[in-house]
Amino acid sequence: MATVRLAPVLRASAGGSKQVSAEGSNLAEVLNDLYARFPALKEQIQPDEQLSRFINVYVNDQDVRFLQGLETRVGPGDTVILLPAMAGGEL
Amino acid sequence: MGEASREIMRQARKQVPEWNPSQVREALGQQHEAAPGDQEIVLVDVREKIEWNDGHIPGAIHVPRGYLELQIEEAVPDKSKTVVLYCAGGVRSLMAGATLKQMGYENAISMSGGFGQWKAGGFPFVQPRTMNEAQAKRYSRHLLVPEVGEQGQFKLLDSKVLLLGAGGLGSPAAYYLAAAGVGTIGIIDDDVVEESNLQRQIIHNLKRVGQYKAESARETIEALNPDVKVITYIERLDETNVARIIADYDVIVDGTDNFPTRYLLNDAAIMANKPVVHGSVFRFEGQLTVFKPYEGPCYRCLYPEPPPPALAPSCAEAGVLGVLPGIIGLLQATETIKVLLGIGDPLVGRLMTYDALAGEFSELRLFRDPNCPACGEHAHPENLPTYADVCAVPAR
Repeated sequence: MATVRLAPVLRASAGGSKQVSAEGSNLAEVLNDLYARFPALKEQIQPDEQLSRFINVYVNDQDVRFLQGLETRVGPGDTVILLPAMAGGEL
Repeated sequence: MGEASREIMRQARKQVPEWNPSQVREALGQQHEAAPGDQEIVLVDVREKIEWNDGHIPGAIHVPRGYLELQIEEAVPDKSKTVVLYCAGGVRSLMAGATLKQMGYENAISMSGGFGQWKAGGFPFVQPRTMNEAQAKRYSRHLLVPEVGEQGQFKLLDSKVLLLGAGGLGSPAAYYLAAAGVGTIGIIDDDVVEESNLQRQIIHNLKRVGQYKAESARETIEALNPDVKVITYIERLDETNVARIIADYDVIVDGTDNFPTRYLLNDAAIMANKPVVHGSVFRFEGQLTVFKPYEGPCYRCLYPEPPPPALAPSCAEAGVLGVLPGIIGLLQATETIKVLLGIGDPLVGRLMTYDALAGEFSELRLFRDPNCPACGEHAHPENLPTYADVCAVPAR
């Protein structure tokens, strides 16, 4: 099981969890396992085939766009981080 | 001068050769072309600070005689170099020369006639910039830090920093940058102070409710540090004013609350080649990074497009722990000072995140996207779209 860490803005779509476990040997499988339990996440992370352009996905602190994207291998001890764009400053 | 002093001088003269100012000038002229590290002659001024401040020979280093034994090996590690010492009249430098000989400097020379004769001969000298007494006191803790020191403090005083917003992030950042002596602080904010801001926007206070935030921040800064010039902009950053406003600044601190401004700033900052210190907060968590054009990724390398309105969750009334923007805003101020002084490792290409509940900092590596539409190889930042404000409910 890989560990998936969710940025704060995504947690409402995952029952408030900050960190969840998910099954799969590559990123696509891990994410599909996640969507099966938390369907609301799909729209934010992967509305169609490709990963959304306003979310960054890291496997073990490396941006998957510079690895193999959805094909990036994910081992049982690995950590996937989902980080959407955050305007979140505050005037 | 008593007999014993004269004896000391006689002894020193036997060991230490003397050059007059013309000889020193000629020797310095000959090595003018060499790179600083390769120069064979090092000129050392051994007078007191107050004398140095009145004027000194260009290129000289200052090691007061009282600290000579303690500091010279750090200032001139290579003992085979020719060290030309000077004081006001040639006496103290002669005795300093004898000390250097004892310490193993093979070629210590004293300039006869000292700075007085150098100046009388019409040779060039410079008057260093000095701090007034109030500044020397105010910045004394900076002056004690070698990485800042007097030169660094002057750099800060000459620096110009623009803050986007005098809110949660901008308040602590502006407050501390002003305390640190950043000489010019620009603040752009068209919002007014509300009571609900005071839980975290510490640069404002109850008396300022209803006032423009930029003006309120100016009052606080002026009461804290009269060295700081505050320039206020009671407007929103948009495509008509962004290039003009950022042109005057060295670093931009981005504490804005919306996507359109972040993209607008990103593209304009790349065109103007200005570093942006980026911060954001949400509930118990915050993140920051430094976007330095062409040295690290930019905001569009990370997020090529903003999310659609329905998925812009940070626009909702999300709430934030009041101390959190204090932490992130101060980290932004810290990064700003590092960039201004050119010290340390700024967070270029690194995203630092802070989770207050977990009590945890972590870091993600960020990469430049070679196909980035704003800073990639074939980028045209001037042609990129700007965005309408996607927030249905403005986050305040």
